[in-house]
Amino acid sequence: MGILEVKDVGKNFGGLKALSDVNLSVAENTCHAIIGPNGAGKSTLLNCLVGKLIPDTGSVMFDGQSVLGRSPHEINQMGISRVFQTPEIFADLSVMENMMIPLFAKRDGAYRLHAVEKVSNERTLIEEAERMLDDVNMLDKRGMHAAAMSRGDKRRLEMAMCLVQDPKLLLLDEPTAGMARADTNNTIDLLIEIKEKRDITIAIIEHDMHVVFSLADRITVLAQGTPLVEDLPENIKGHPKVKEAYLGEAH
Amino acid sequence: MDVLITQILNGLDKGSAYALIALGLTLIFGTLGVVNFAHGALFMIGAFCSVFLQRLLNLSFETIDATKTDFLGNPLKVKTPYVESWFGPEMGGAIIDWSVPLAILFAIPVMIAIGFIMERGLIKHFYKRPHADQILVTFGLAIVLQEIIKAFYGANPIQTPAPEALSGVATLAEGIVYPVWRIVYFCFSVAVIGGVFAFLQFTTFGMVVRAGMADRETVGLLGIDIDKRFTFMFGLAAAVAGLAGVMYGPINAPNYHMGMDFLVLSFVVVVVGGMGSLPGAVLAGFLLGILESFASMTQVIELIPGINQIIIYLVAIIILLVRPRGLMGRKGVME
Amino acid sequence: MFGLDKKDTSLLWVVIALTMLAPFILNPFPTGSGMAQFNAGYPDLMQRFVIFGIFAIGFNILFGLTGYLSFGHAAFLGVGSYSAVWMFKLLSMNILPAIILSVAISGIFALVIGFVSLRRTGIYFSILTLAFAQMSFALAYSVLTPITNGETGLQVTLDDPRVLGVSATADGSIPVTNLFGLEMRAAYDLVVGPWTFTFSVGYYVCAIVMLLAFYLAIRIFRSPFGLMLRAIKSNQQRLNYTGLNPKPYTLAAFVISGMYAGLAGGLMAAMDPLAGAERMQWTASGEVVLMTILGGVGTLIGPVLGAGMIKYFENIFSKINDNVLHSWFSFLPDGIEDFIVLVIHPFVGKGWHLTLGLIFMLVVTFLPGGLVEGGQRIARALRKKKEDEPKSPSTEPAE
Repeated sequence: MGILEVKDVGKNFGGLKALSDVNLSVAENTCHAIIGPNGAGKSTLLNCLVGKLIPDTGSVMFDGQSVLGRSPHEINQMGISRVFQTPEIFADLSVMENMMIPLFAKRDGAYRLHAVEKVSNERTLIEEAERMLDDVNMLDKRGMHAAAMSRGDKRRLEMAMCLVQDPKLLLLDEPTAGMARADTNNTIDLLIEIKEKRDITIAIIEHDMHVVFSLADRITVLAQGTPLVEDLPENIKGHPKVKEAYLGEAH
Repeated sequence: MDVLITQILNGLDKGSAYALIALGLTLIFGTLGVVNFAHGALFMIGAFCSVFLQRLLNLSFETIDATKTDFLGNPLKVKTPYVESWFGPEMGGAIIDWSVPLAILFAIPVMIAIGFIMERGLIKHFYKRPHADQILVTFGLAIVLQEIIKAFYGANPIQTPAPEALSGVATLAEGIVYPVWRIVYFCFSVAVIGGVFAFLQFTTFGMVVRAGMADRETVGLLGIDIDKRFTFMFGLAAAVAGLAGVMYGPINAPNYHMGMDFLVLSFVVVVVGGMGSLPGAVLAGFLLGILESFASMTQVIELIPGINQIIIYLVAIIILLVRPRGLMGRKGVME
Repeated sequence: MFGLDKKDTSLLWVVIALTMLAPFILNPFPTGSGMAQFNAGYPDLMQRFVIFGIFAIGFNILFGLTGYLSFGHAAFLGVGSYSAVWMFKLLSMNILPAIILSVAISGIFALVIGFVSLRRTGIYFSILTLAFAQMSFALAYSVLTPITNGETGLQVTLDDPRVLGVSATADGSIPVTNLFGLEMRAAYDLVVGPWTFTFSVGYYVCAIVMLLAFYLAIRIFRSPFGLMLRAIKSNQQRLNYTGLNPKPYTLAAFVISGMYAGLAGGLMAAMDPLAGAERMQWTASGEVVLMTILGGVGTLIGPVLGAGMIKYFENIFSKINDNVLHSWFSFLPDGIEDFIVLVIHPFVGKGWHLTLGLIFMLVVTFLPGGLVEGGQRIARALRKKKEDEPKSPSTEPAE
């Protein structure tokens, strides 16, 4: 029994079948990659996991509880954090403030009116945020306005914001898309380190096979909204069905 | 039955004004994506176009009629409007009498020009800024425009009477009398609305604009310069609001803050109709006008006191909560 | 000090000094001089400065922090005024229970309206608040006449019960508002040479309330709650996926700002015990929007400056008529003098709204941070000149 259990999930948009009969089991403390050609339904699946979409059929269980019908913030409070394809950060706030918000969410839950305490008095949280920023090599940018950062830095910040919550499951939606090679390698190193250091399960959607094969313990190939194969990375390489699905795709 | 018809008729003239203003408002929103709080001011400027024309036509010169004396025994001074001396008293008098309908001809170019200037000079810098900024800057513009009018024409309402022939009441059926000018106003607004729809429906220009309303980016990708057409649409919307104002003068004497008074209601109308939906705006305009008129019936007020004051807002609140895209709005517009 | 960091403490001290010394600062011209009519240091106007300051501070907590633009906040101010006057009628002329009731009632009112309005965002939220406010206004004028006294407005009268006070004073007049016997109307005139400075009890009560309100606003800005509100403005999606529910936060901000408005309304009634429906009209809501934007939305001190500026325009700037202009420009040759007066005329005196509208448009277009941003830019430019070397732009968060 994995920490994330997706059973018979189907989703239609109008007449279009985006997902059908998706079954997926992600074991605890592993990295599970979901790959597949464009339009295979990867992002739709991800949206079903975090409460942005509600599947038409099937069930999604996380840690023994159903996530269906819960709103995104409730699902996050269950222990799922998500990194977006285009970085979603608080662009109007400073880097440090960006880090404080997930820490408050983790400590105080979805809502607490603490209107007269001071953010600058939260020493433990600030130290925690600084440690995390240090881990992603951004401590020197702590005072910076988030909007002023490079795209790569925004991604790293978003990742740090998710990791600082110490989630049980981290969902990554193409975390290296548009990154330079060096940045990609840094991200891979960071993720490997996190995997080794923490009790964390990672589900990753990725186009870059280099990233996938460096990280994944198991791989699911999605095509036309249905899982094609699920296996160990070494078995996926050169799998005839996968080749078939990807043929013509430039990768 | 008579009561019913009378109430519907009563609702039509206000509804016509709502529909015309809301039409322009939603046209601007649909094409340019701008929330224009200065639209009420355009309506007001339209009304003052007819005030201006009326004053212009009444410009007079003085002559001394030696044959008569006034009550002090001095020679009588007679004021003759220039138009009367140019066209003769009969023709000139008729021109002055018909100054409100004539103001339509005058208002169209003026309003289109004002619309152009507004769009090119101010609004276009706000396309990419948040809606809140658009609301704020056009709100400021509305204040400026109404203060300019106040500086020229003062704070008191100015009568702009309807032509002699079109004032008075008509008996539509037994027991139903109705002011003629309100019938004229209704027909006029139907004609303007029809004109705008026909323009959008049957001209290439209108087709591009409609396509742009549906999907601005795609139309932009086709290499069509959508911006120029949208500027023209702003002028058109301004003209529609202005015409609504010109003809509204005889119903309610124009004053400088009539724009603000109508603005809130027209926004409510647009929201009820559905942001960016032209038929929605027209439908909601008439519906709310008629609804308001029914709510003003004594029987209804006795039943629910004060309902006539709040009915429109109440409907708007319910619609916004139950059906946020309004009666005919497309899904996903500013939700 | 006060649990604030150094920068905020000095800001608070500046505001304390300004409000406490306002009777001096606003009265620069000697009594009897030609300029005396431009003195703003009389109690009535100073009270309005700080009361509208409170209103704008509260509005800024909603609009400045969360970005939700309400066009109906005047409704809460009106509700506050009505509640206070009712307290004067029924209980006593002591302003304390009246103000407490205004804040409480407007808070409840804001809770209901906010709960409904906040189900929508953006322009829809603005229009919902606008519709609610207009409804309240229309109802106050018509159906609710037993509570609001309709067009006449609600006033204290001689036959009010006032269970804890007296219906009428010994000499048969209506008792005045007071704070445990300290009459709001009481004032002390200090005459220094040609100057007269008036210190009114009412003003200082309002000023102290405003300082408390300002202090609380600073605390909110610096609190985790304030951070969440700014996060809501910045990116609601991220906030959702970070495990936070934005709704209770925005609702809390809405209610707090509604209570600030109620406080302002209550104080208004405490200074002059009457309440009218026109305080609730949407143009009055527009005014607080103007104040906040002009001063600097999202900044601490901005709304107070904006409120002061608009009230100064309304009461002092509007006094500049042609005679005054002629006397100012009398040193010029006649023709030029007349011409300049002619040019300036539409913008001053009764035309003050025009100037205000133009300034507002300029601020929205070029200075989104209002007067505060303008001040900061000037300060930065001066600093740059002094140091004569390029400096990286500062990254400190908004103050």
